[in-house]
Amino acid sequence: MKNNKTLIGKIKGFPQLSICVGYIVMFVLLTVMSKDFLTAKNLLNVLRQTSSTMIVAVGMTLVLITGGIDLSVGSVAALSATMSVAFMVNYQLPVGVSLLLGLLIGAACGFINGLVISKLQLPAFIVTLAMMSSARGLALVYTNGKTIVGVPDSAIKFGQGYVLSVIPIPVIVMVVILIIAGIFITKTVFSRYIYAVGGNEECAKLSGINVNKVKIVVYSLSGLSAAIAGIILTMRLASGQPTLGEGLEMDAIAACVLGGTSLSGGKGFLFGTIIGSIFLTTLSNGLNLMGVSSYMQQVLKGLIIIAAVCMYERKKK
Amino acid sequence: MGEKYYVEMKNVTKSFGGVHALKNVNFRIAAGKVNVLIGENGAGKSTLMKILAGAYREDSGQILIDGKEVQISSSQDALEKGIVMVYQELNLVPGMTVMDNMYLGVERSRKGFLSKKEARLATQELLDMYNMGICAENLIEELNVGKQQMIEIIKAVSKDAKVIIMDEPTSSLSQKECEELFDMINTLTQDGVAIVYISHRMEEIFRIGDYITVMRDGEYIGDWKVKDIDQNFLVQQMVGREISQMFPKEIVPIGDTILKVDNITKEGLFKNVSFELRRGEILGMAGLIGAGRTEVALSIFGRYKLDSGDIYLDGTKVLIENPQRAIAQRIAYVPEDRKGKGLDLNSRIRDNISISNMDRIGQGGIVNTDRENKLVEEMIEILRIKTPSPMQLAGNLSGGNQQKVVLAKWISRDIDVLILDEPTRGVDVGAKEEIHKLIVELARKGIGIIMISSELPEVLGMSDRILVMHEGRVTGILEAKEATQEAVMERATAVNK
Repeated sequence: MKNNKTLIGKIKGFPQLSICVGYIVMFVLLTVMSKDFLTAKNLLNVLRQTSSTMIVAVGMTLVLITGGIDLSVGSVAALSATMSVAFMVNYQLPVGVSLLLGLLIGAACGFINGLVISKLQLPAFIVTLAMMSSARGLALVYTNGKTIVGVPDSAIKFGQGYVLSVIPIPVIVMVVILIIAGIFITKTVFSRYIYAVGGNEECAKLSGINVNKVKIVVYSLSGLSAAIAGIILTMRLASGQPTLGEGLEMDAIAACVLGGTSLSGGKGFLFGTIIGSIFLTTLSNGLNLMGVSSYMQQVLKGLIIIAAVCMYERKKK
Repeated sequence: MGEKYYVEMKNVTKSFGGVHALKNVNFRIAAGKVNVLIGENGAGKSTLMKILAGAYREDSGQILIDGKEVQISSSQDALEKGIVMVYQELNLVPGMTVMDNMYLGVERSRKGFLSKKEARLATQELLDMYNMGICAENLIEELNVGKQQMIEIIKAVSKDAKVIIMDEPTSSLSQKECEELFDMINTLTQDGVAIVYISHRMEEIFRIGDYITVMRDGEYIGDWKVKDIDQNFLVQQMVGREISQMFPKEIVPIGDTILKVDNITKEGLFKNVSFELRRGEILGMAGLIGAGRTEVALSIFGRYKLDSGDIYLDGTKVLIENPQRAIAQRIAYVPEDRKGKGLDLNSRIRDNISISNMDRIGQGGIVNTDRENKLVEEMIEILRIKTPSPMQLAGNLSGGNQQKVVLAKWISRDIDVLILDEPTRGVDVGAKEEIHKLIVELARKGIGIIMISSELPEVLGMSDRILVMHEGRVTGILEAKEATQEAVMERATAVNK
């Protein structure tokens, strides 16, 4: 039996040890190789770039813990954000109401995912793949494929604004969500149910857990977090673009996997997801500064994901 | 007897983690005969057969094939020696054709290209030889279970099998499919193939068996020619032990009826089951695997929906649509398969125990860690779960301690009815005794207990009354005082029905 009492034992047993060490190594290398990397402005920029992926990845982590997957997040982000902009611009609704309606649309998409997955017992991969197609399609149908411009300034600040003129508002939103998620995942009864459903679904049912309800809530939360991310991205661009967030689902899943969350369910770490998201953004930020092409960056990202998963698998044995 | 045996297993011993599964077992397999292997659940039949089929290695003992001592190191090795086991879960690919399955892994080919015609003709020839009445290009999934099983057997024969092991081959077959299987077995034995036939069905054994070997508690009891013995003799041999363990059963005051099950039916699983359970009573449920006991329990617990029939609690009719409702009605169920259904092995002991107690541990949706730790530590102490810490993963515990964790999930609650499904299966003797004592304690508190067990001494030693099931029906409810192992076994196997 491993000794988990000593400090060294604790550090060795820490699930995200390899990814943290990897991050530090990368951080040092980038600092040495690019003079623009280690500046307050750039690091805040990294955090801002991370915010949307990380917010989506938080919802994704919950879904993955139940043993599911949500491929629809990118499309749901686009649909809810585009509709939010449409409410403001086309229907002249107040900014607050429009944003709220956007969030509702995101949560509703997730709710539908959860409902179909749990009540009709269909595989999450298929159901969310279908939602990925339909939600994107709805956004394109509504806008006829065109960008909606003329977003009010009071909304744009959610993507471009700063608090105390240095901290980007998206970073503040991200931190608030992380704090809520942190409390949710460590303190609430419901989070225990999420882990139980992913760990052994039959056991969860026989323990009196309403498994369908757990799944519906989790997918709704994933849809909600996708909507938040979509709105942040949209306000950054200051226009409603139906093609927004393509590939967002893959970035979110990659962040979760880098953080040690298991695709087979029952296991997931919020801290891992945080470090995983920051890792991926820091990597592309640093490579950008060094002038590495975005094509090459994709190749490297793939290799790093494989390397990370290898580490986790080896650790299990 | 001068009979020639193709395989002889001598003094085979095997233990798992200190528990003897087999002790000096002998088993002989005659070529061209149906060699029946019989014994209660847990008698060690499957372990013995897995050794023969190369899935396990024996700790000691000899295996002779054609009189020469051999080692069977893997299932591949067993196949090469002509020993094939037909598993209950079939090893066929449902979406592929009969011929593709027949040559799976040993495809007929020329220079890397499939020789489809050759494979089809060869397969068809085999199918016709056994009067299968199907075409080589049928998909496996289009065939019924009986035919699928026969395909598996033909596949074995085509690979030159000398011994075919069939474990409860008729358990999921209709009458007609059984007849077809028996015809096939007849053809095979005439060709000199040895059949090892594991079954609980008396009628079948006496119809097709040539030799019979009885096992009990991992030991070899004896072997006979089937034509020399009768059913009663066989039942006696199967159960004929003294009750060696002492059971802590005590007489506790029995109260009013708490649970009444009236004529409940779930099509295909059980039919017209009725019984009553009183406070403080331990109702044993006996029967063989597949008798429908677990399914009845799961239906009372709301996991399965009933097709018809009613359930009354404390005299009031209740509708139990799901386990949440059952728990709210103060019913608890400890499943038989603790690894598959009772526990989340990758999660902590603490989380496993508290997950079914969240209504009491939670406070406004937040886990109250003080309450949780108190409850979990209390349970670990009461049940004497041996673990360095409640944060240990459940998967790291021994079988007995895992079972205690599953019990802890439920006995920590205030319950009226407790259903225990094989509460001591795969548990060491010490933990077994502790669990038995606990069951008596719970009965003393006035909880009505249903104890499903396939171990006759346990059922007889612990119960007040014994309900026996056979193939989805109740075949008797006996007072434990008057019940004997033979009486229970006769009803469980439906002898002379």
